[in-house]
Amino acid sequence: MNPVEIIKKIKDRFPEDVLWFRCFRDQCDLTIKREKIKEILSYVKNTPLLEFNYLVDLTAVDYLGFREPRFDVIYIIMSIKHKHRLIIKAQVPEHGCCIDTVSDLWATANWFEREVFDMFGIFFKGHPDLRRILLPEDWNGYPLRKDYPVISDLGDKEWEPFRELKEAGKGWREDES
Amino acid sequence: MNPENERELLINMGPQHPATHGVLRLVLEVEGEIVKRCTPYIGYLHRGLEKLAEDLTYVQSLPLTDRLDYLSSMVNNVGFCLCVEKLLGINVPERAKFIRTMLSEMARICSHLVWIATHALDIGAMTVFLYAMRDREKLLELFEMVTGARLTVSYPRIGGVRCDVSNEFLKKLERFIDEFPKRVEEYETLIDRNRVWLKRTKGVGVISAEEAINWGLTGPTLRGSGVYYDVRKFFPYDAYDKVEFDVPVGKNGDIYDRYKCRMLEFRQSVRIIKQCIERLPEGPILADNAPKIRMPASPLKIDKEDVQFEIYVDDKSVEDFIKKFTDIYASVEAPRGELGFYIVCDDSAKPYRMRVRAPSFVHTGALPRLCEGGLIADVIANIGSIDIVLGECDR
Repeated sequence: MNPVEIIKKIKDRFPEDVLWFRCFRDQCDLTIKREKIKEILSYVKNTPLLEFNYLVDLTAVDYLGFREPRFDVIYIIMSIKHKHRLIIKAQVPEHGCCIDTVSDLWATANWFEREVFDMFGIFFKGHPDLRRILLPEDWNGYPLRKDYPVISDLGDKEWEPFRELKEAGKGWREDES
Repeated sequence: MNPENERELLINMGPQHPATHGVLRLVLEVEGEIVKRCTPYIGYLHRGLEKLAEDLTYVQSLPLTDRLDYLSSMVNNVGFCLCVEKLLGINVPERAKFIRTMLSEMARICSHLVWIATHALDIGAMTVFLYAMRDREKLLELFEMVTGARLTVSYPRIGGVRCDVSNEFLKKLERFIDEFPKRVEEYETLIDRNRVWLKRTKGVGVISAEEAINWGLTGPTLRGSGVYYDVRKFFPYDAYDKVEFDVPVGKNGDIYDRYKCRMLEFRQSVRIIKQCIERLPEGPILADNAPKIRMPASPLKIDKEDVQFEIYVDDKSVEDFIKKFTDIYASVEAPRGELGFYIVCDDSAKPYRMRVRAPSFVHTGALPRLCEGGLIADVIANIGSIDIVLGECDR
């Protein structure tokens, strides 16, 4: 099946939820509402001829100031049997920033979702273990959001946990008073 | 058993453990020798690469990608360049494509050599380490000849490669690949039928084909379970559709099959390099419309006619939004698996968002699945067999 046929098939099955689709070069993506994300993904995973059995990537993009709802959660899925790839995007607003987890459909989504939570602060409902993954547990803010500065707003001040560590370690080195 | 010894024990392995291949920390809950639970902690090498790239132009981001998987930086560069080329619609000249393919396969051999060296060392075969490192040295010298760097090459450019290869280099490379298959056999005589090696690897860390797909494994780690998936064959890039090669596939999905897959890949890489040298066409090495170091501030020339869309909601702003943001996903077969770049472009010279789909990240996530229920000693063997690089895992 070519990508446009796949999209038409999904559109016929979920007419209410598909917002728009776009094709750019050989790649197609589909933007949907977030409510039925799990239903749609398990549909494309289990329907014959689609069989998107492989989750390549799960990430998010922040469109602050360009669009309302602010976030897109992006699922790149692929079928090893039929050799096709599709991108599905689910819109997530800033308030009530959450979406259903798909970690029970694909085990690999577990860590991807943790990373999206870590970097964007999007909550995944029903996720078994939603903790920060790349950053320390006590980190403030979500770095990949567009309103998070590239250069730290701490300025010359030290990061609080680091200062505490230094305090705790005082007196150990000989050249230190 | 003494009842005092029956309690569970929590072992903290890493981040400074020689067998974790970097700064990976595992918390193991063990009962005797059996691992009950394994929790990986990553992020010790997190440099915020994705955030950094949003503040740099496409050309400036290229050296960042070297620092992902520092054992095969060439493939990382190619992956990034491919993605940007696809975005901007740049056609890479044939010669550049062949050079890239050739050097990517060199990087694959290089990376697999480090893998066999450290993996064998972890399991207890010291000698292989010395031989593998010796051969890697020769490859690194060849890399230095072309690119001027041994590890972080930054050699491809968006739209081609930086400089041409010399005949002297090609001759040296030919000499290397002529003798290399014999070297691979040499490693195999050391470990292939070694009783300790077989005991440590056969039937250990087994993962079935369905589960391997479910856990998102890629590369030799997936193919060891018998799944035929290779980006080079499925979505060919560069010159991979013009050279002949096979994709070795395992059967049992244990550490031994993953090892075997990689050993067979050595030979396929040699085959690809040989064909590349023979068929290397003449011509330019950089496309005419390749972006210069000082990229135009904005707007980028993206052919918006390629964008087709249909909107099902009644909202005027959607069309402007679709026209403003273009996104693209492109992936390459890195030595570790599928390395993907996802770029969202807003017509300025800087990516609006760059995402790196790192195979090591996914493989580390599957580590608990492989380790739980096994012995502590097999944790080391498992880490070696999935071949992770933490620089790529943490980004």
